[in-house]
Amino acid sequence: MPAVLRRLKRLGARGSHFGIVALFTVFAAFPFFWMVVTTFKRTPDLMNTKNNPFLFNQPPTLEHLRVLFFDTLYGRWLWNTAFVGVLVVAITLLLAVPAAYSLARLTGRGGEQLGIGIFLTYLVPPTILFIPLARVVSNLGLKDSLWSLILVYPSFTVPFCTWLLMGFFKAIPRDLEEAAMIDGYSRFGAFVKVVIPLSIAGILTVVIFSLTLVMQEFVYGMTFISFASQYTVSVGVPTFLVRGDVYFWGSLMAACFIASVPIAILYNFFVDRFIAGFTVGAVKG
Amino acid sequence: MAIVETRNIKKYFGDVPAVNGVDLSTEEGEFLVLLGPSGCGKTTLLRMIAGLEEPTSGEILIGGQVVNDLPPRARKIAMVFQSYALYPHMTVFKNIAFPLKAQSVPKETWQSKVEWAASMFGIEKLLHRKPRELSGGERQRVALARALVREPTVFLLDEPLSNLDAKLRTSAREELQQFQRRIGTTTIYVTHDQVEAMGLGDRIAVMNQGKVRQLGTPQEIYHEPADTFVAGFLGSPPMNLVEYDDTIVGFRPETFLPREVFGVQDDLVAFQFKVTRIEYLGADRLLYGFLGGKLADAHVISRLPSTVTASIQQGETYEFVVQAKDLKFFDKETGLRTGPRPL
Amino acid sequence: MTQKAMTTVETGTQVARAKTGRLTAILDSEIWLGRLMIAPAILYIVLLIGFPFLLALYYSLSDITIGSRTMSFVGLKQFKAVIQTPLFQQSLKNTLIFTFISQALVLVLGKVLALALLKNFRGKWLVRLLILLPWVAPISLGTIGWLWMLDSIYSVFNWILRAVGIFGPTTWPIWLGVPHLAMGSVIAVHVWRQLPLATVILLGGLSSIPHDLHDAAAVDGAGFWRHLFQITIPLVLPIMIVAVLFGMVFTFTDMIVIFVLTRGGPYDTTQVLASLAFFTGIMGGDLAEGAAISLFLFPVLVAAAFVFLRIARRAEVT
Repeated sequence: MPAVLRRLKRLGARGSHFGIVALFTVFAAFPFFWMVVTTFKRTPDLMNTKNNPFLFNQPPTLEHLRVLFFDTLYGRWLWNTAFVGVLVVAITLLLAVPAAYSLARLTGRGGEQLGIGIFLTYLVPPTILFIPLARVVSNLGLKDSLWSLILVYPSFTVPFCTWLLMGFFKAIPRDLEEAAMIDGYSRFGAFVKVVIPLSIAGILTVVIFSLTLVMQEFVYGMTFISFASQYTVSVGVPTFLVRGDVYFWGSLMAACFIASVPIAILYNFFVDRFIAGFTVGAVKG
Repeated sequence: MAIVETRNIKKYFGDVPAVNGVDLSTEEGEFLVLLGPSGCGKTTLLRMIAGLEEPTSGEILIGGQVVNDLPPRARKIAMVFQSYALYPHMTVFKNIAFPLKAQSVPKETWQSKVEWAASMFGIEKLLHRKPRELSGGERQRVALARALVREPTVFLLDEPLSNLDAKLRTSAREELQQFQRRIGTTTIYVTHDQVEAMGLGDRIAVMNQGKVRQLGTPQEIYHEPADTFVAGFLGSPPMNLVEYDDTIVGFRPETFLPREVFGVQDDLVAFQFKVTRIEYLGADRLLYGFLGGKLADAHVISRLPSTVTASIQQGETYEFVVQAKDLKFFDKETGLRTGPRPL
Repeated sequence: MTQKAMTTVETGTQVARAKTGRLTAILDSEIWLGRLMIAPAILYIVLLIGFPFLLALYYSLSDITIGSRTMSFVGLKQFKAVIQTPLFQQSLKNTLIFTFISQALVLVLGKVLALALLKNFRGKWLVRLLILLPWVAPISLGTIGWLWMLDSIYSVFNWILRAVGIFGPTTWPIWLGVPHLAMGSVIAVHVWRQLPLATVILLGGLSSIPHDLHDAAAVDGAGFWRHLFQITIPLVLPIMIVAVLFGMVFTFTDMIVIFVLTRGGPYDTTQVLASLAFFTGIMGGDLAEGAAISLFLFPVLVAAAFVFLRIARRAEVT
């Protein structure tokens, strides 16, 4: 009898574990599932409260996708986002890689303090800075230009990426750089020839991280830009496609899904490294 | 080949002297060992010669040229690190070719040069592997080949054998010595292991607290130590050091033997030795105990080779002797060697 | 020393000398190279974070508007005026409610989820990917998904509630149109968005606890709850603080969820400081007042930075 009880208990524990995981997974993923479902439904099907929304009461359609790509600026916004993303990543790497190396190796004891200082600027949010920056951007003549975003976005990528990369560089044994210096390279040459090739994983992490942040950014984009053709995806969709009372839900959901999921899958591969950066060694190992 | 010379070289980390005024000069093609306990400044000295640390004061000369202002790459040296510092993202071939690339040696000659260096250490078969696929001994050879390939005028080796297990270390030591004899390049070798130092070095510089305490051949260092530090650092167990008035008397455990070992003709100095503990080590017996008489209560050790069969019992007192020529005398204040004096 | 050896070395060093110009001297100098490499980043941060921040301070002490060419210094007048408006007081209250309720939920749910994910099971990678989605997807877009699901007429939740018979065919809740429901919805969406980060941080903390400790506790006969409160939670406390810290900062300063879902409505019952600053400063054109409002976010950030520094220092010591 007790054996059966124990078995039941174990089954129960496994069942509740499964239940918890399933519940959370549904909570997290349901909106995205719903985006996909909505994308392929005909509008009259969506707009009928009598229909079961989980079923295709009318045959699926690609009409919403057609509208999205041919009748809206969505394609343009994707392009804008990619353009800003690539340039911001480039600027971030250009600023953060040397800075992180300098903090990790060349500035001695003060480097650690300075590194923490730089990291803390990551906590200064756009919601404090956007008002003065709006003024700065318009004085520079960059209002309504994608270049305003390219100028400002590194302000949230550089601090965190510097911090992340600092950790990576510190983990490389000093001996390797010294060996390179003896083998015929300058201090800087050792960094380029040995440290950078060994930090590819870290640099890739930073690239993905910066891309996600650029895709996520909303406040600056909305503040600096008011021409629909210059929006990025995360601003264009919620402000321009959601105008007035007529919502093109099918196209909207398609727009959201297409811009969300690919980057999320990429990000997934690097998530552990970001967490290590967030937790600053509050946990060892 | 070149001579390395340091002139009153000093290095302070903050207020702490790591190297405190070292004058040292190698000879042409010599194998010089820097020996000392950890923290004695030997690695710092080597790193200054390599150009990885900047001296606080003093001059470093390589081949008669002051190199203080030259970066490491311009000093025509090669260095093997304790960790070997192989570039993990490159194959063995690329590791060895790396210095050639830096010197902009034409690419056509890489192959032959790398193969030559690899053949010196018998690692031709490993050229396509990555460092993580190699054993400790193989890594050490790759590091040596990489150092050799640029044909430096000086080799600097920082404890290159300390990451090998004990058995491998003996054969690696032998190979290293043969290799150095063959190419005849001046070599400076840092170690804290006195067996390595004695076995490898043409000369040994014993360092302590940032200073060279003695520079000499292994025989000189061992038999004629310049001060009490050197006397106490070398040998296992080290030299017995016994205070007597304003002097310190030193004698090696293996020269401190029972009276009956010697004939009458020898010039002997006799001691009363109370044995408190005996360790049997196979080839040797170690006797721990105290002296009597004038040198009462001084703690000393005797090492009896297994050829001495005298029966020794714990707790008994025996007459032990040292030949007069084996007694060394040091000044009590300075620790420096002084002339012989009667006991 | 032989003459020959000397000459070889001499030529060697001469070559090196010739190459050692001023530039290469910098490339070899640790101090100058260090300064040179960090200078661009510092310069950028000073110009695009430090300077705007000071500008925000300055604006908040002035009467600048978006069109004005001149501005005059008015001291703390803006702050005094702002504090007295009912709208600001409401927003401050909303911000606090929004932050604390959502963070409490995130912490508890994140902990539960992290404990559940600590076990290995088949398909874990997929579950992890799906759970991370809300954090990684652009939040403004994810929130639109919710906007659709919380639609006043076609909400899928309403359909479900009707289908199981909780509501009749003609009555249903208007999720975003009724004050308490709207706040509840906004909080729910925010929890949805922040849960992944908290979970992954906590999971990192949990999996770093040495297995020996769990074994020891099991041998000592600790039950699930005692184990949780006496072993697990104390050990992950530092990392929990980090998770809460980031959550607080991101929540306190966030306006995207609210902007997309409710625009602060209905009747400003979901207006928070960040969105109020946006509507006042950018939409309304009153830069000075907007800056003053947004600066009320600052004390929280200082507190967060302080806690963060303490943790960082302690991590250094151990």
